[in-house]
Amino acid sequence: MDLNTILQLLDSSLRLATPLLFACLAGLFSERAGIFDIGLEGKMLAAAFFSAAAAAVSGSAWVGLAAGCTASLLLAALHGVASITFRGNQLISGVAINFLAVGLTVLIGQNWFKLGGRTPPLQGDARFQNIDLPLASTIESVPILGPLYSEVLSGHSILVYVGLLSVLGSWYVLFRTRFGLRLRAVGENPGAVDTAGVSVVGLRYSAVLICGMLCGLAGTYLATGLSAGFVKDMSAGRGFIALAALIFAKWRPWSALGACLLFGLLEALGNRFQTFELAGVTMPTQLMQALPYILTVVILAGFVGKAIPPRAGGEPYVKER
Amino acid sequence: MNKMPKWADVALIPAINLLLALAVSALVIAYIGENPVQAMKIMIKGAVGSAYGWGYTLYYATNFIFTGLAVAVAFHARLFNIGGEGQAMLGGLGVALVCLALPWPHWTLALPAAVVGGALFGAAWAAIPAYLQAKRGSHIVITTIMFNFIASALLVYLLNNVLKVPGSMAPETPRFIEGARLPTAYDFGAWLGFTRSAPLNVAFFVALACCVGVWFLIWRTRLGYEIRAFGQSEPAAVYAGIQPVKITVIAMLISGGLAGLMGVNAVQGEAERLIIDSVQGAGFVGIAVALMGRSHPVGVLIAAVLFGALYQGGAELEFEIPAISREMIVVIQALVILFTGALDNMVRAPVARLFSGFGKGAA
Amino acid sequence: MTSQTQTGGRPDMAAPSAAPAIELRGISKAFGPVQANKDIAIRVERGTIHGIIGENGAGKSTLMSILYGFYKADAGEIFIGGQKTEIPDSQAAIRAGIGMVFQHFKLVENFTVLENVVLGAEEGAFLRPSLAKARTLLTNLSREYALDVDPDALIENLSVGHQQRVEILKALYRKADILILDEPTGVLTPSEADHLFRILHGLRDEGKTIILITHKLREIMEITDTVSVMRRGEMTATVKTAETSPTELAELMVGRKVLLRVDKTPANPGATVLDVSDLRVTDEKGVERLKGVSLNVRAGEILGIAGVAGNGQSELLQVLGGIADAKGTITLNGKPLSLSGPDSDGRARRAAGITHVPEDRHKLGLILDFAAWENTGFGYQHRPEYSHSGIMDNAALRADTDGKMERFDVRPPHNWLAAKSFSGGNQQKLVLAREMEQNPDLLLVGQPTRGVDIGAIEFIHQRLIQLRDEGKAILLVSVELEEILSLSDRIAVMFDGRIMGERLPGDTDETELGMLMAGMDGKAG
Repeated sequence: MDLNTILQLLDSSLRLATPLLFACLAGLFSERAGIFDIGLEGKMLAAAFFSAAAAAVSGSAWVGLAAGCTASLLLAALHGVASITFRGNQLISGVAINFLAVGLTVLIGQNWFKLGGRTPPLQGDARFQNIDLPLASTIESVPILGPLYSEVLSGHSILVYVGLLSVLGSWYVLFRTRFGLRLRAVGENPGAVDTAGVSVVGLRYSAVLICGMLCGLAGTYLATGLSAGFVKDMSAGRGFIALAALIFAKWRPWSALGACLLFGLLEALGNRFQTFELAGVTMPTQLMQALPYILTVVILAGFVGKAIPPRAGGEPYVKER
Repeated sequence: MNKMPKWADVALIPAINLLLALAVSALVIAYIGENPVQAMKIMIKGAVGSAYGWGYTLYYATNFIFTGLAVAVAFHARLFNIGGEGQAMLGGLGVALVCLALPWPHWTLALPAAVVGGALFGAAWAAIPAYLQAKRGSHIVITTIMFNFIASALLVYLLNNVLKVPGSMAPETPRFIEGARLPTAYDFGAWLGFTRSAPLNVAFFVALACCVGVWFLIWRTRLGYEIRAFGQSEPAAVYAGIQPVKITVIAMLISGGLAGLMGVNAVQGEAERLIIDSVQGAGFVGIAVALMGRSHPVGVLIAAVLFGALYQGGAELEFEIPAISREMIVVIQALVILFTGALDNMVRAPVARLFSGFGKGAA
Repeated sequence: MTSQTQTGGRPDMAAPSAAPAIELRGISKAFGPVQANKDIAIRVERGTIHGIIGENGAGKSTLMSILYGFYKADAGEIFIGGQKTEIPDSQAAIRAGIGMVFQHFKLVENFTVLENVVLGAEEGAFLRPSLAKARTLLTNLSREYALDVDPDALIENLSVGHQQRVEILKALYRKADILILDEPTGVLTPSEADHLFRILHGLRDEGKTIILITHKLREIMEITDTVSVMRRGEMTATVKTAETSPTELAELMVGRKVLLRVDKTPANPGATVLDVSDLRVTDEKGVERLKGVSLNVRAGEILGIAGVAGNGQSELLQVLGGIADAKGTITLNGKPLSLSGPDSDGRARRAAGITHVPEDRHKLGLILDFAAWENTGFGYQHRPEYSHSGIMDNAALRADTDGKMERFDVRPPHNWLAAKSFSGGNQQKLVLAREMEQNPDLLLVGQPTRGVDIGAIEFIHQRLIQLRDEGKAILLVSVELEEILSLSDRIAVMFDGRIMGERLPGDTDETELGMLMAGMDGKAG
């Protein structure tokens, strides 16, 4: 493998990692607040469709972004109503939301565009354009760091950089602000938050809505950055890979970045090579696709460091008598 | 608190939930600019208005009985097996391997063998998540989701590289020999009007037998007693000398085995070969079916037929009104899961209040 | 009991004419058909320790939850410092200067002490300045009241006593003037409880008002200035502690003369049934819960295990009942029992002849959603009378349940009702009937009368004596000293995972047992 191939691989890893990263951070906020969310996939898919649809009609990627986030937020609110207000089963609610997104996107897509569930292909400003970071061409000649900066880091759409900044932002919000302290507390022991005079319901709704917002970004990037338009089922399990990354990262923002980059790299490798030689053994592409899931099971099994989820996760809060 | 009569719990609330789901579905259809009442008529007529419709409705229902029972058995042990999809895929693989392995002289021999093969493979695929949950506390919902994806990748690999017909492009096994094919509704029910096209086959009776079997298991056997006790309270089960690891693993093996049996219907009975996507989301429909059927075999049976009708009716609907694509089924399914599962309390609380109101009025 | 005299000598912080710290008028609260609080009126003077005593379910906790904004009262008024105050939520309670230490602590286990204290009372949107400021304040408070808590320790690494002090710190940090403690000593060792009382005295002397909810007479007599008694949702009396006696309070609590002694003949013990030696249990956190327990129980006698909750009694029952693993030796009728592995589970214990009425019938003893008849087979589902070749004999279970319900006077006698529909006493009778009628060699009984009404208590006590007289060995664990004294033929006292000593009920009294329960060896005066 020559240097150029490696650089291209890393470049596409970063691009492929971005939707995972948004969704993973989305799950991070929700689960840290004690709300399991296996509906990341559905929210992402809904956002992908509505962003592509709005961008196709308006010709503006930004309008698409707003539409995508709105759609995702609505589904997040539904999850909130089911799991916070009505204390329903969070897992079941997530399953329902995933199906709702799969069905509605195609149904409405067909109704609006008559293209078999697709949106029209996006062109020009309807997509987020790649931007070159400052000095990208200047330092290109510096060995190693130069190409890494100009080939890998530079030249992505703005959402990729928003994604990277979101990691910093999430870490800061969760670990350096009052809101973050309360949010983490409500995922560990909602009783402590409640008796401290802080609204458990309010905190959990905030977390779920932040989750919706980030899933909106994930889906929008999928349809208007990574691809040029919506096709049926385009999230293709990324919401679940993000969930896997979240567990892999043990519910921590910086580790989430690492996990998403790793899973992005696996996807990039799988895309580029039909078979992959590793230490003389031929690995089929399907193994590369399954690897994130296998790794997650290994992590969950606790063979490589135990992953302990937030303690109040999945349980609706009911005041004790 | 608990003054609600049992019939309200098992019949009234699911009925209200279903009506709500259908009402919202009607709104969706109206939004698309079609007439929900007419759509409903087409669906009902298409699903149960003819022997042709029944031939499909009951075929789908057979799949959903297997996957619904799978979810239901796990629910009784308070385990959420979301991996029916993967277990059914592997079950299909098991069925296919059995059917391809021997020169079966007659289906009466091939069927029992395929049942064993499908159940074994499905159970095996549930075994690892079960073991990890029981021994290492790994959340079974997440591991079974992961195993769905792993199963899918595994199947794609096998069909592309190992099992496909040499020289063929299609990722599927050769067609099973005559002696491994199951009689269809036409063979045993032509007098009822079933035609050759009906995919309904004898696996339906296997599914019915499973309903009886699961009912007997859960409410009549010691194992079922222990599964239910464990599902109600793990500490109490330990007090009673019930071993959590054992019960978790056994319940999941039964659950996976039931999901795996779906292969008998879809792979041996219908496709008569193993194809990439023989499960087609039936594993997930099982969740909706179990929720609606309140994890009781009779409920599961009714809910499975309802969903079977929904699938067949939905196909007819797409044919009659092209503006309503097949995905409408998925939307309805999602809404059923939402209202019967996640939003159950939204209906339950007011109904319970209503009944306690009656109670007070009478007293 | 000398400490009560100090209340009289203490200078009052507030003039008698000043408004009371808290006054409640006409508070009522119902949960469905249950009237938890009925027209409650109470006045608590500033700078005093006020006890509220009553049996389980008397409505104490509900009343305090109303005061802390957890529940909204159906009727009534609350005055804080003479001002009529609405308390719709915890935030309002905190603003009104009320702090609450719950029975089950409300702490985030993997947060530090500092983070827990600050939670909900942060200075601003950013954490660092909040934490820095809190650290100083916390250190001062901790020193002032001798709380001795490390602000950077993780809660999960602290002892229960320290965790409770963090709860007190939380309240003080929020500038609480009124501190409510709900059954604070239930989980404490005696020395921790003493430390707590010293802290509470210190707080009172600083002018704080303290409300102590408990069902322990000893505590009330030892630490409070005034005491209110609750019974069945009503406030039956409020008296000065110095002017009352434990007997009077006990009568007010239960509403009639308590029968402290159960009619029984002296025991006629036979051969040793259970022999335990050097039993050790380590919990999952690596803490040793049983530190070498040795004891024996003979046929036809009741061995009572006295002790404050949490000193290893539960673990002892769990090991004997096959719920927890242990090291050491246990023999039953001379035959050794497995202490780990599959042969040490509840089924093996029952097969060996040990039956077990667990301490917590809701969590362990019953499946609340199962019908009464299904619960009759619980733990005995393998017995040939209840199942054959893997099939349950439901008809036999129903018939057996009917008989048990009649013999143990379970009401209502409907075998199809779910266990959760029965009252506490009737649930306990269901469990007792199941465990006593299996013809055990050894019966383990934990807290037989917890949450059980008086009538059922007498019934249960008589049945236990009757079983003893049939020649069965009984191991009784109870935190109620009176129950231990009246039922046991021998008493072993547990403290900190050890047996502190054995006494005969005739040769000892509550004072001596109390000393042993507090971990003090030797004969007391």
